[in-house]
Amino acid sequence: MVVVLNWITLLLTICTATGLLFSRDWRWSLGLLAVQYLCVFWMVQAHWPVSMASAKLVTGWMACGVLGIAQLNARGGKETKNTWQQGRLFSILAAGMILAATFALSLRGVDWIGLSLPVVWGGLVLVGLGLLHLAFTSDSFHVIIGLLTLLSGFEVLYAAIESSTLVTALLAVVNLGLALTGAYILNVVQEKAR
Amino acid sequence: MSAPLLWIFLPLVLAGVLLLLNNPKVVFLSACLFTLFLTLAAWLLPIDTALTVGGWTFKLTPSIEILGRKLTLTSADRSFLALIYGSVFFWFIPAISLKITWPLIPLGLAITSLLVAALAVEPFLYAALIIEIAVLLSIPLLMSQRQKPMKGIIRFLIFQTLAVPFILFSGWLLAGIGANPGDLALVAQAAIFLGLGFAFLLAVFPFYSWIPMLVEEAHPYLAGFLLWILPTATIFFGLDFLDRYTWLRDISILPAALTTVGILMVLTGGILSAFQNNLGRIMGCAVIVETGFSLLALSLGRQISLHVFLLLLVPRTLCLGIWALTLSILKESAPGLNLQDIRKLGRAWPFAASGLILANLALAGMPILAGFPPRLAVWEGLATNSLPLALCVLVGSLGLFSSAVRSLAAFTSVPEGTKWGSRETLVQRLLLLAGLLSLFLLGLFPQWVLPLWNKLPAIFPNLPQ
Repeated sequence: MVVVLNWITLLLTICTATGLLFSRDWRWSLGLLAVQYLCVFWMVQAHWPVSMASAKLVTGWMACGVLGIAQLNARGGKETKNTWQQGRLFSILAAGMILAATFALSLRGVDWIGLSLPVVWGGLVLVGLGLLHLAFTSDSFHVIIGLLTLLSGFEVLYAAIESSTLVTALLAVVNLGLALTGAYILNVVQEKAR
Repeated sequence: MSAPLLWIFLPLVLAGVLLLLNNPKVVFLSACLFTLFLTLAAWLLPIDTALTVGGWTFKLTPSIEILGRKLTLTSADRSFLALIYGSVFFWFIPAISLKITWPLIPLGLAITSLLVAALAVEPFLYAALIIEIAVLLSIPLLMSQRQKPMKGIIRFLIFQTLAVPFILFSGWLLAGIGANPGDLALVAQAAIFLGLGFAFLLAVFPFYSWIPMLVEEAHPYLAGFLLWILPTATIFFGLDFLDRYTWLRDISILPAALTTVGILMVLTGGILSAFQNNLGRIMGCAVIVETGFSLLALSLGRQISLHVFLLLLVPRTLCLGIWALTLSILKESAPGLNLQDIRKLGRAWPFAASGLILANLALAGMPILAGFPPRLAVWEGLATNSLPLALCVLVGSLGLFSSAVRSLAAFTSVPEGTKWGSRETLVQRLLLLAGLLSLFLLGLFPQWVLPLWNKLPAIFPNLPQ
């Protein structure tokens, strides 16, 4: 049962991370990010106590909340650059390549880190697609989403090898700090526009 | 009382309090007095030794425990603490005349205490996360001018964040090497992860594109402060790695790798600076060259290596401080910091113009200025190993020198008969005069900083002293 759930989580992770690449509406982006944190929680709780793993979920959702409030305050919807439209086919191809490359890597990573294949692949997918997200955009909101995605992928893998409370706390601070930084940037843009 | 409480938590708390205060003079005075107190305390107070003052005995304990981990500052760290807080004190002094008390002082103090915490945390690999928190705090500092976020700031955030996973993963691999030191594949993997982590964190070639952009986009003084404190803390963090892991020090290609990266940074940074038309970008290129020189100093690989690196610290702080101050003064009145914008300003802002040119020349390694003695040591060390490499470094320095000449030409292109004046405020004039005097004094008497860097190597007991 757990194995099946792990694979379902992986599928959901791929969908959310790929969806974040193409999402142009900030509401959809934050919704996908929130679901992605649920997947991260599931993958982390495979080797951590649920109470510790839920810290990741709460932090992630708090980050989504902070970004959502900032977006509501700042603009309530953002225009999208044309490059998203024009580069869609390229984005699909690049995402496909990332999925293939991370699958190949995860086959080796299973022995290296000692986790199950769907968890390793899920972590690497988040890292890879987060990096791709960062490569495709210069918009500050999407950059923050990309960084949060990348870090959550890293956290999935790192949780298997480090379970220190201090590291968990510091990573939570970093995630929330990134969200607050994103909120600050969005509000500065808004003030400038006024 | 514990040492981390005094040098980490108290500054952090004060930074929080100062954020709430509205009066710039109160903020300025309290921060300056407090950093001066921390500097003197680091210089005078022993750690882990009982001290009796008028019948009252107290002892600074070296450690404090948080969530099962420790923050430790020992007596060996005192000279580092004095250097950091002393330098921060000098960085804070011009804040009030530039009207940047907020955000420089509260955020600067918080960033400084976090970077000290990064060097004090045990296990020290967690430092990567604390440095990342400091980086996140620096975004409001850089965007305090309420300008639209531009590429440099965003790229800075991305590159610094990318460093975290690499360094944390390398920590896990390092633990594996400790258990199985003969595993060469593991050593290679750890070295690659660590190298990439530091490449992002220290903005080494080719990940430094954000530096010139950042200085161009943000307030020059705030950018200068960050570009001084972040690389300094990162290099100390890197030296901590070298100090702790014998296998890392023994990697045969390490000196060659440091030399190659250092040469590339000095060469590309210097050449880039020669073709820049913006004074902020030129300062950014000089920061790249400076990081390159630090890496070259560490690559010399003999007993002088650490000493030469430490000798670079004080002139760098001084030159960047003066350069950033002059850019900030000019930015207040000139339409921009492009070379065409500053034409004819040489006679209206003579102190700022002189400060900028001399700081640029000092970082280019001009004799009798502060930057010359440590550069001479690097050139000598490199030339002993390979003359072509020393020539490459000379080309980089010539690039910086030519940018100083171009700036000088722009400042002095004034019509005949233009009257001399000085639009700098009295405080700015005094600060610049003191800075310029120090540039010459440190160039002529570099031995004056010897007491400081004679004690600093004690932080790294396993590195060649």
